[in-house]
Amino acid sequence: MRYLIAFGLFWYDFVVGDDWSIAVGVVAAIAVAALLVNAGMNAFWLVPLAVAGLLAASLWRVSGSEG
Amino acid sequence: MSGAFLFVASFLASAVEGVEALTIVLAVGVTRGWRSTMFGVAAAGAVLAGVVAALGPALTAIPIRGLRVVVGGLLLVFGLQWLRKAILRASGFKALHDEAAIYRRQAAEADSAGADERAGIDWYSFTVAFKGVLLEGLEVAFIVVTFGSNQRSIPLAAAGAVTAVVLVIVVGVRVRAPLSRVPENTLKFVVGLLLTTFGTFWAAEGAGVSWPGSDAALPVLLALYAGMALVLVRLLRARRLGLSRPRDVAVSETSE
Repeated sequence: MRYLIAFGLFWYDFVVGDDWSIAVGVVAAIAVAALLVNAGMNAFWLVPLAVAGLLAASLWRVSGSEG
Repeated sequence: MSGAFLFVASFLASAVEGVEALTIVLAVGVTRGWRSTMFGVAAAGAVLAGVVAALGPALTAIPIRGLRVVVGGLLLVFGLQWLRKAILRASGFKALHDEAAIYRRQAAEADSAGADERAGIDWYSFTVAFKGVLLEGLEVAFIVVTFGSNQRSIPLAAAGAVTAVVLVIVVGVRVRAPLSRVPENTLKFVVGLLLTTFGTFWAAEGAGVSWPGSDAALPVLLALYAGMALVLVRLLRARRLGLSRPRDVAVSETSE
């Protein structure tokens, strides 16, 4: 069990890294884009906008909170 | 996306990781001897080849839309990690990668570590070389598999990676020193932008989005992200100067 947890933590850190909110935001943006497409709107702008917002927010937070 | 783009992205990512792995291997090999170090490198290489050989065909068997949303999303999250750290480095919030300093530290650690020889193998050298090559190589394998499977061309992505690794090894053998003159921090910035661009493109396509201009949207996205990243670097630099003290924020070193 210990090895399984260590294995999971390694992959979490490998893919997600320090800021889980970026991963959650990306998943949410993709899901909302899919919903909008299903509703008839070609929301090609949504994921890039979300990426810009998530990255800026994460950088602003980390640069202001430590040191 | 053209095959050339796929090759270049895979080549650049692999070159950066290859330079980092070379530093570790050189430090251990020069300090403690080459035999066990090279066994460690070979063992890690075999594991990485196995990962690509197993995951590649498995991923290409998944229907393209499902593959793009899942793998594109993973690539986007992974790429944003690279880009975030690259921006923090460029703005002075995180120390720049310095291969010469890393080499000195690794060599000192290898020199001071005690002997651990069993079955004719120096296990310290084997383990450090194995871990170093495996960890750096996993990032390359991840990029090769995700880029290659989305583009249905894992051999081309693998060719880009192998070309970079061979080039790094040839140059490393010739200079017998860490490749500290490679503009590693700039390359990491570029690779972060490429991963984020392709991750965005494929994840949104997988969600059903139709990109205006189809593949022509890729260079536009890349330019937009590059512009945004440069603006963020300037803003963070101004913020750091406003804080008027040197900082090195805590970020994980697992990937990139």
